[in-house]
Amino acid sequence: MKDGFRVAGEPGGGASADGLAASISVRDVTVTYPNGTTALRDATFDLGAGSICGLVGVNGSGKSTLFKAIMGFVAPSAGEIRIAGLSAREAQKRNLVAYVPQSEDVDWNFPVLVDDVVMMGRYGRMGFLRRPSPVDRRKVDEALERVGMTAFRKRQIGELSGGQRKRVFLARALAQEGLIILLDEPFTGVDVKTEGAIIDLLRELKAQGHLMLVSTHNLGSVPDFCDQVVLVLRTVLAAGPTTSTFTQANLEKAFGGVLRHFRLEGQDLHQDDDLRGVTVLTDDERPVVFYGSRRATDQPRRRGADEEK
Amino acid sequence: MGELLVPFAYDYMVKAMWVSALVGGTCAFLSAFLMLKGWSLMGDALAHSIVPGVAGAYLLKLPYAAGAFFTGLLAALGMAFVRSQTRLREDAVIGLVFTSFFAAGLLLVSINPTSVNVQSIVLGNILGISDEDANQVVIISVITLGALLLTWKDLMVVFFDEGHARSIGLNPAALKILFFTLLSAAVVAALQTVGACLVIAMVVTPGATAYLLTDRFPRLLTMAVAIGTLTSLVGAYVSYFLDGATGGVIVTLQTLIFLAAFIFAPKHGMLAARRKSAAAVAPRAGWPGAGP
Repeated sequence: MKDGFRVAGEPGGGASADGLAASISVRDVTVTYPNGTTALRDATFDLGAGSICGLVGVNGSGKSTLFKAIMGFVAPSAGEIRIAGLSAREAQKRNLVAYVPQSEDVDWNFPVLVDDVVMMGRYGRMGFLRRPSPVDRRKVDEALERVGMTAFRKRQIGELSGGQRKRVFLARALAQEGLIILLDEPFTGVDVKTEGAIIDLLRELKAQGHLMLVSTHNLGSVPDFCDQVVLVLRTVLAAGPTTSTFTQANLEKAFGGVLRHFRLEGQDLHQDDDLRGVTVLTDDERPVVFYGSRRATDQPRRRGADEEK
Repeated sequence: MGELLVPFAYDYMVKAMWVSALVGGTCAFLSAFLMLKGWSLMGDALAHSIVPGVAGAYLLKLPYAAGAFFTGLLAALGMAFVRSQTRLREDAVIGLVFTSFFAAGLLLVSINPTSVNVQSIVLGNILGISDEDANQVVIISVITLGALLLTWKDLMVVFFDEGHARSIGLNPAALKILFFTLLSAAVVAALQTVGACLVIAMVVTPGATAYLLTDRFPRLLTMAVAIGTLTSLVGAYVSYFLDGATGGVIVTLQTLIFLAAFIFAPKHGMLAARRKSAAAVAPRAGWPGAGP
């Protein structure tokens, strides 16, 4: 278990010590905030172990509300959320759900070192006074090693680059050994190399039976690494395997007029009689390209592209 | 030389010094947390909020701390409640709640002018503190310090990342209520030492000073407590010679230490910032192959 640059595998893999398997079940969930706005209505979807699920939607579509509800941060005013068959509160007590926050939600001036942050992942497994045991220290070492941040462990978190910051919080999630990991916009402010490394890590975790829920508006990379997709717009519009859910028709529903939409076909694209065309959907970050479909309802072949045109 | 030992010959001075040191340390412990969240004004708010409690307690011949603690806690809970139920920003909520409590206190004092010694509330009176009040201060401080020593790590996680705190099974709401309860308690204790107006300095300055000196929270706590304890002890001692208000001396000492840190702190001081902007930007390292 200790060979190589990355230490893969943790005891139990995707199953927790008490034999639970990762799953999220959201049933008819409605979340209304105290100020009266309903951020989410009748949301329903199911996710199982060994999966990376993309949570896709425009800003304000209820993505973060859904996260908060799964973490038990806001209580649904109707419906039910079960995590590995347990209530959100029970799941927290067992450290089942780890959370990687959005960069802008973190106070980077907070006087903590990389080491301290990753150790916080272990707190839920320590005694009342939170004194780290040798096991806790080893888990922190392993987590840092796995994301390649060992050399930075004595740095204050604000001294790191965008990509390094993300890796610290990923290491915290690894140290926590949660069955389920929620990642809020993990690719924002991250260089391409780190993005690739994060995706590789997520795939490893998936192979170990973890369940990852990744909110992103980086549409182009969704088909690359997500096997499941949940599309949200004040409710869950569609949920299921990427191939059948991440379609042009569904994306148009989820993004309405927000996405820029290019369609190239016929003489604009070819100098022949070929009628096939290309559709590019983009929010100006990373576009998703649908090849060769005449209609939105066709079964498309998809690929992320780095540049439009 | 003998001149310098004179304060130790008086029981009231010795009592003032160690009670001040205890209160200073307790407030400093809290200051390490308070300034991290942009909640510094909360200390000021609480100090003003306890005025009606103190006035009421003297009026009803109850222990002053009981009344102070009651309205302080009420104000803290009131602020937390209004904050959670509306979209108002923290500062607006603080301003709203503490002024209404302070107004109630002033009203109470003005209706019953003889019931309270206004000056001892506003400026503190540690040199003339009664044994009974001193006991209250000591009990409050010891309980507060004890609770902080047991829970500081949990509080640190909550202050750093509430989402994570929740995900490891902590209850952020309960811990925040605990924190504000302890803060109210410390503010009540500090009232006798430096008075309502200067309490804010006791619960902000030591933490702010230590923040400039270190990037590690445990070290920050130690430094803040050391600064708070020593300045309070020395402040009480020096006030014997200056014949000045103890609170004024303590806070002046704290400010001097802050200024020194502000200018000379090795990493986050003014001179260091100058040096840094002159030097080149540090290189970044990539992920794979970044290990040693």
